[in-house]
Amino acid sequence: MATNKNKKSGRRDLLKGLAAVPVLGAFAFSTIKKVNYDEEQRENILKELDIEAARPAAGGSLAGDPIRLGIIGFGIRGKQLVKAAGFATKEWKESMKKSAMENSNDTRLKDFLEQENLNIQFTGVCDLFDVRAEEALDTVTTDKNTPKRYRTYQEMVESPNIDAVIIATPDHWHAPISIAAANAGKHVYVEKCMTHKIAETFDLYDAVKQSGIVFQVGHQHRQTQSFLTAMDIMKKQVLGHVSLIQANTNRNDDNGAWQYNIHEKASPQTIDWQQFLGNAPEIPFNAEHFFRWRKWWPYGTGLSGDLLTHDYDRINCILKMGIPNSVMASGGIYTHRDGREVPDVFQVVMEYPEYSTGGSQEKGKEKGMTFMYSATLGNQYGRNTALMGHDASMELIGDRLSIHADPRSTRYHDMIEAKRIDTDVPLYSYDPSVKGVDGVTSATAKYFANKGLLYTYRDGKRVDSTHLHIREWLSAIRNGTPVSCGIEEGFEEAISAHMATLSYKLGKRIEWDPTARRITNVEEEFLS
Amino acid sequence: MKTQTMNDTQLRYGNFQLSVLVILRMMIGWHFLYEGVIKALNPSWSAGGFLMDSKWIFADFFHSLATNPTTLDIVNTLNVWGLIAIGLGLITGLFSRAAAVGGMVLLAMYYLSHPPLIGLKYALPAEGSYLIVNKNLIEIFALAVLFAFPTSRIVGLDRLIFKAPVDEEDIVVEKEMQNV
Repeated sequence: MATNKNKKSGRRDLLKGLAAVPVLGAFAFSTIKKVNYDEEQRENILKELDIEAARPAAGGSLAGDPIRLGIIGFGIRGKQLVKAAGFATKEWKESMKKSAMENSNDTRLKDFLEQENLNIQFTGVCDLFDVRAEEALDTVTTDKNTPKRYRTYQEMVESPNIDAVIIATPDHWHAPISIAAANAGKHVYVEKCMTHKIAETFDLYDAVKQSGIVFQVGHQHRQTQSFLTAMDIMKKQVLGHVSLIQANTNRNDDNGAWQYNIHEKASPQTIDWQQFLGNAPEIPFNAEHFFRWRKWWPYGTGLSGDLLTHDYDRINCILKMGIPNSVMASGGIYTHRDGREVPDVFQVVMEYPEYSTGGSQEKGKEKGMTFMYSATLGNQYGRNTALMGHDASMELIGDRLSIHADPRSTRYHDMIEAKRIDTDVPLYSYDPSVKGVDGVTSATAKYFANKGLLYTYRDGKRVDSTHLHIREWLSAIRNGTPVSCGIEEGFEEAISAHMATLSYKLGKRIEWDPTARRITNVEEEFLS
Repeated sequence: MKTQTMNDTQLRYGNFQLSVLVILRMMIGWHFLYEGVIKALNPSWSAGGFLMDSKWIFADFFHSLATNPTTLDIVNTLNVWGLIAIGLGLITGLFSRAAAVGGMVLLAMYYLSHPPLIGLKYALPAEGSYLIVNKNLIEIFALAVLFAFPTSRIVGLDRLIFKAPVDEEDIVVEKEMQNV
């Protein structure tokens, strides 16, 4: 009797002890089913799209004697370029140290210290403001290298101690200095906008072609990893026929509106004013013009040359659509009525009637594309760059991109019908920083980061894109490898931007003849 | 009032009481286990974004966990395997009270990093509307209930391990008691 009870109780213990078995079975069954379902959906879509998340090409060797560089212009951008090349100002290092102590998310100093050594020496510096020239000397001097201050760029480019120059001057000096350097056989890295005027764009093109120097325009976002993937996406015609592209600039702080700081030591004694003016109209010394030159047409190129060029080149790097057949622009000064000439609200419409990204509908039905740029310096509403195709739309956000299928797509019609594609969730998304965490502090920094202008990722590590862009240029000088933003791309960027400026100034549509390679409907006087 | 902690063996549940407690335990276990498994299966999953989105007085602590790659790796591993272990413990009834405590600690972390308080806004959207009380907090107290009313020595592996002398009769509670 007792044994029987024990047996019974033993069986009951086992049953109650293992009550979870069917639950675990149900869990395993449904989890496997769910995972397989998701995986199958993903596989189906990926197989259909066939996109390869691109790996960047390995950088060429930098071995050998150091390349001897000259930096021309050590203002805001000049300092950033020299830092990207490996030399940060003491002031920057100290402020970053402080910032990293206050905010552990701030890894800018660490990122800088981990940057690859580019095997260069800055043997020359040139800046028209004594304070900045001294600062530049102080920044690039090392135990093995005592740099020289050149009073003029002509002396620098003629010097036998200089192999190549980095140009970060106001826009009206980009072309004259680049042409002089090319003629002297010195390699050039020049900031955007590549030129200030239409005529000098042709002159610079010829000078670079004839000299055979390595020439790179400072559109560092070409190093951004997601753009390499985006190129493959276009090649695989994932978006179908793209009829409209929108790109935008929204910034809402003084720095973003070019209200830069005027240095307390600025005076006719510390600044070579005559040299600054160059081909600009003769006016008496004006510290605001010197430091905030982007606000006046004789030195700057306004929103066209400064910010449209970023967005134009981001798209041109993916689509290679080149110079538009026509451009119309309009805008005004609506937020910063502080004596500036350049607009702070600016819209540009570029037409490409012959351009096609390929399509999924019957042949001949789809052709032509508009690139639309819209900017305000009085608001910072976030608007992503979007490429809108018949089959899908692609958004570019910093180093990420995401694609949504279009509900009326021809290519994905069957997959949408079969519920294999949900048009509300991304068809594809790419984020090389997926395990990383970023700390970008200021509003303008965030703006730049969202354009892929601050940093990108290599092997999961955050790297300054400008560093990679300069590295590519140095590698090209040493190894003859190609650069990603050379004279052809720079020419397209500059002409497109200048067409937008001309349209704004003249209040008319500006037309380009791609065969004759010239603007056809503007008087000669506006081109030089 | 004097609080009394009791062993499973001292507790007397009616069949309905026992059933709902066990079902609650298994459902919370299922939730934990699935959260853990799905993260373990996704090689790119990281708590980084969630931690960086933390607000309120502990935000600095959670941010510091996310920004240091070593601590982030530890947090990720502990979270994934913690969720799985707690989930399995609750479902199978193995060390269920320890699992309940572990679950409460994890949920408290999630709650404290993202409390739904007035004035705090998060990048990651909530799937409902919450003020002070959210589903994490409710799940914490559901686990507290499971801790207070343990069942794993009646239904669960703990029954086999601890070989508790539980007699069927012990858990039959008089009708009067149920009506208290």
